[in-house]
Amino acid sequence: MAFINYASREINCKIVYYGPGLCGKTTNLQHIYKKIKPESKGKMISLATETERTLFFDFLPLSLGEIKGFKTRFHLYTVPGQIFYDASRKLILKGVDGIVYVCDSQIDRMDANLESFENMKINLEEQGYNLDTIPYVVQYNKRDLPNIVPVEELRKFLNVDGVPDFEACAAQGAGVFESLKATVKLVLIELRKG
Amino acid sequence: MNSLILFDAELREMTAVIERLLSDANAKGVFLIDKDGQLIASSGNVTDIDTTSLASLTAGNIAATGGLAKLIGEKEFSILFHEGKKDNMHISIVAQRVILVVIFDANSSLGLVRLRVKKADEEMKAIMDSINERRAQSHPTKENLLIEITDEDIENLFH
Repeated sequence: MAFINYASREINCKIVYYGPGLCGKTTNLQHIYKKIKPESKGKMISLATETERTLFFDFLPLSLGEIKGFKTRFHLYTVPGQIFYDASRKLILKGVDGIVYVCDSQIDRMDANLESFENMKINLEEQGYNLDTIPYVVQYNKRDLPNIVPVEELRKFLNVDGVPDFEACAAQGAGVFESLKATVKLVLIELRKG
Repeated sequence: MNSLILFDAELREMTAVIERLLSDANAKGVFLIDKDGQLIASSGNVTDIDTTSLASLTAGNIAATGGLAKLIGEKEFSILFHEGKKDNMHISIVAQRVILVVIFDANSSLGLVRLRVKKADEEMKAIMDSINERRAQSHPTKENLLIEITDEDIENLFH
């Protein structure tokens, strides 16, 4: 849920990166953190296990400039992808304004993608949201790896709503900003509706 | 989308409550945070604290504790207390919607903070009630200046 502060003329929104374990959600945030100007970003926080698997969430605050005299701030979060962290995933979705659904293009991760997508729908509904109304984009990550599912096939199963979708190699940065930009746009358009 | 919208006067009232709490509780810093992790207001000597991170982690903490509460059949744990060697943190949900964080040291005490937070809770509740009333009465398009945002404005954010 966006927070609009007329006193400090700020719009604050929350974007969540969702997807199965090891699909590259944290890598997306790390790339954004690495590439964005220092004055536009805050500190990145990763609540991770000793083996660098996300335990609760990663958090990256971004400032993206002004719109009609309002500073726009976006708080980017990732959920923990591993199946057994479902309780934590639900919590992170609270107050979400937009979602980047990151899927792993590798053939043997297709079941994990589908399971995670279904899980996202269920968890959103539990929080009183609906995927039909919440702005989201789909990112097909790891396109640089061998043994990947063709995009058309991924699209058929993971983008039934025909939302904006992007091929990506988050480790190298390809597709990362495209996905973020598209989500930011959708969020602001939704906000404009009031 | 059910956004939280705050105007100057409301923020001034909220800031006045936390300024008063800061002095009444003899605290080092007081923060008011939205449950979604956005900082609303702060007071005290807080310049060396990363307030954005503090807001996000506090909201995560409250959310996780809320999840624990539900597991044992409680609606929520409305107060959290973290004790450090020098500084302590008192975190509470006020007016069911916002989170109040009080940082204090040996110059204050948990009992005093709890007492003063209780008073601030009542004051904050009154402000939140009036915000909700204003939201219920006003026409959404009147309040939402964002309606004037053009596609070009959005595109320009990225250039």
